[in-house]
Amino acid sequence: MSGLIALFLVIGIAFNCLGAIALYRFPDVYTRLHGATKATTFGSIFTSLGVIAYGFTKWAYTGEARFCVLAIHAIVALIALLLTNPTGAHAIAKAAHRSGVMPKRAVVDRLAEREGKW
Amino acid sequence: MMDMSGWFMATGVLLVIFGFLAIGRTALGPTVPDRVVGLDTLNTYIVAAMIVFGAAYDSVIYVDIAIVYALLSFIATLFIARYLERGL
Amino acid sequence: MGSYIATMILSYLFYLFLTMGSGNIGLWSSSELLVGIPVAVIAGLAGGRIFGEYIPSSLLNPYRWCLFIYYLFVPFFTAMAKANIDVAMRVITGKINPGIVKIKTGLKKDMALTFLANSITLTPGTLSVDVDEEENDLYVHWIDVKDVTPEPRDVCGDFPEWARRIVE
Repeated sequence: MSGLIALFLVIGIAFNCLGAIALYRFPDVYTRLHGATKATTFGSIFTSLGVIAYGFTKWAYTGEARFCVLAIHAIVALIALLLTNPTGAHAIAKAAHRSGVMPKRAVVDRLAEREGKW
Repeated sequence: MMDMSGWFMATGVLLVIFGFLAIGRTALGPTVPDRVVGLDTLNTYIVAAMIVFGAAYDSVIYVDIAIVYALLSFIATLFIARYLERGL
Repeated sequence: MGSYIATMILSYLFYLFLTMGSGNIGLWSSSELLVGIPVAVIAGLAGGRIFGEYIPSSLLNPYRWCLFIYYLFVPFFTAMAKANIDVAMRVITGKINPGIVKIKTGLKKDMALTFLANSITLTPGTLSVDVDEEENDLYVHWIDVKDVTPEPRDVCGDFPEWARRIVE
């Protein structure tokens, strides 16, 4: 079981690291959002899964209720993260476009066409 | 018995280091939305790190604060985005 | 009236979920069970109107919940894993060809559109940017544009179909 938890944590760290690199690697705000949102959400799912698995295993071994509580609250935090992350990314992308930041190296921009800015 | 607190501690510290990288993006810019992206990513890292620290120290209060922090930082992001769109 | 009471009951259940394991009446202590009631009533009075207005009644069907859970664990999770491997490749090679395209969704309810937009943001190569509120079309930032006037299927696969089946 501890091997599985360690595996979850390592996968989570790898994808979170990817998200941090994506912030520096990509040229403009939209592509950075791609990297940051997807990679950090996926990575956080795995680190939290590690915590959830740890809580339930400890609960099964020791029978102490606080480990069960730890796992359940980690699930709630994970759901909050899953709901808020894509919505926040959408809000930033919309605000960026409306405040006049155009995508770099774009081949097509239908939204700017609609607003007559292309 | 399994003792994973070292693993959780290392994961949490790495997440905090990634958080510093996100602060770097916030400092570099160059446009305002870029800075907001850095801030949003930083918030995700902090929430993930808090959940992991909750397991490392075996205390649920870290995870409770992570829930509240996730929701509040989401509202902050929405607020900044709305400000960028059309002012206060 | 019904939506206020539904919100109160849901808030109370959520409160019980959060305070699970605090005592010995079932899983809860007597103080948590008591304090939960006024908190749930206040939450219901504050949020009942919004709850009734934005949540369509079709969501009360348990079959849709099962479908949603299946969706979350099978098609959505595989798409998300693919998306991350795709992003990993792009971070390493730096190969991008971005653009903002418009896709017709054909959805009617706001809830379905929210669902679809969030799914699109977390799946391969796409990020929802804006919504055309008259026709419910989505403007999507696509990181690898293959076609400047794409079919919805090319951009986001089966997701509009899933959104229709689960929400509408």
